[in-house]
Amino acid sequence: MRITEHPVLGKLEKKPVTFSFNGKKYEAQAGESIAAALLANDIRILRYTEKHGTPRGIYCGIGHCYECRVMVNGERNFRACITPVKQDMQILSQHGEIL
Amino acid sequence: MTYDLVVIGAGPAGMSAAIKAAKAGAHVAIIDENPVSGGKLLGQLYHEPDSGWWVGRNIAREMIAKASSLGVAIFRKMEIWGIFPKWNIMLNNGERLTTEHVLIATGAAEKAIPVEGWTKPGVMAIGAAQTLTNFHRVKPGKKVVIIGVDPLSLSVAQELKMAGVEVAGIYPPPATEVSSDKSNPKQIIQGLSAMAHLAPNALLKAAGKAANHPTIKNIAAKCYPSFGVKVWGIPLHLRKTITAIEGEKQVEQVRITAIDGNGNQKNGRTKTMGVDCVCISGGLYPLSELAEAAGCDFVYIEELGGHVPLHSPELETTKDGIYVAGNITGIEGAKVAMAQGELAGTAISSRLGLLQKGSDAISEAQVKVQDARANAVITFQQHIESGREKLAQCWHTNVQTSSGKG
Repeated sequence: MRITEHPVLGKLEKKPVTFSFNGKKYEAQAGESIAAALLANDIRILRYTEKHGTPRGIYCGIGHCYECRVMVNGERNFRACITPVKQDMQILSQHGEIL
Repeated sequence: MTYDLVVIGAGPAGMSAAIKAAKAGAHVAIIDENPVSGGKLLGQLYHEPDSGWWVGRNIAREMIAKASSLGVAIFRKMEIWGIFPKWNIMLNNGERLTTEHVLIATGAAEKAIPVEGWTKPGVMAIGAAQTLTNFHRVKPGKKVVIIGVDPLSLSVAQELKMAGVEVAGIYPPPATEVSSDKSNPKQIIQGLSAMAHLAPNALLKAAGKAANHPTIKNIAAKCYPSFGVKVWGIPLHLRKTITAIEGEKQVEQVRITAIDGNGNQKNGRTKTMGVDCVCISGGLYPLSELAEAAGCDFVYIEELGGHVPLHSPELETTKDGIYVAGNITGIEGAKVAMAQGELAGTAISSRLGLLQKGSDAISEAQVKVQDARANAVITFQQHIESGREKLAQCWHTNVQTSSGKG
């Protein structure tokens, strides 16, 4: 899903970092958002709703809708669309009751 | 910490204002919840008739460098939870910034169109797709359909295609109580006239012209081919809509239904198409919660995109020292936002006593806003000028009423 060549923006300069999502290791570009890093690895499901457990992914992309909340290094409710991915970051998809 | 000016939002409007005021000698802070400054500039990429490619991320980078060199304190990844008189800006890390001048430049958010299945992963706002593609360099999907026919969706469709994404079609949303205009082929053709300057192809040019003639408009809607018309090689449909987005866990396919010249669905005629991403373009509205929280008066002006803080020709709201610039004042492009930011930065610098000929500088900045508006390549709101006039009238009435009271 990565756009490595672009007719106007040119070649993508690679700055790889590794992180894990639900226990599995993936590669990302340093500084990009968690949502972008996961989508680059073809992962769209970021969390499951508290009430019905239905899957959700990135929607607004500007931190406004809160649909993309994930757990980062053991802490809940990071917005995947505006949180940069970091080397060795441990990300989990969020689900279950908030209580 | 005390500042002469605290700017909220590091997009084109906020950054321009911060730079302008800092240049004049003001002690400025700029706050944004994003990790990278630039706001919606970061995802912008379009071709301008005279000056070539507008690469928003490069513009943003230059502005960040400029602001930093002028000593602007840039707070990233920081949210504001309240503004209290007069004025205390409360940050989510517990810090409090004190200032007499605040510029709220929070921009806009997208309206959603709740099509059946729209919460499935793989469905996203058109602006999210734009940022993913042009800033993060990740494809929102391999094969994408877009719901919503407007200047933004058509621009992003082209950007997606440039990045190698298959854009399988652009469709109007299904007609509902909340989005009937956006589903009506006649209204859409009229809306496309706002893209006349872009003139991406002969059809849109023709549609734009037809919009001014009621009879032709009607014929255009009626005779629009059921298979769509290709724009930049992307099928643009006006006689079909997406009635459902389907897939077990995430987007797998869309259900397509034929509609008549008025946007009504024809019975029984549906088919499916496999896609992995659906982008929804429901239009933008000013993001104005903080102005509301600060107690600013509001007006509803449809042509500007919704509820906006009432503001003076110098961009000051009804709350002393609180200014607004950019899309919070009405939905327009980045260049208008930048010009508005410069105006706010100038007005505030003048008030701080930092400018020798303050009123001249303000007038100049006001002319620049008008020029930017007149030369805009993309117009998001069809009747933006009349919206601006309405707002000016509201301000005038407000001033008269309050001076009468005084």
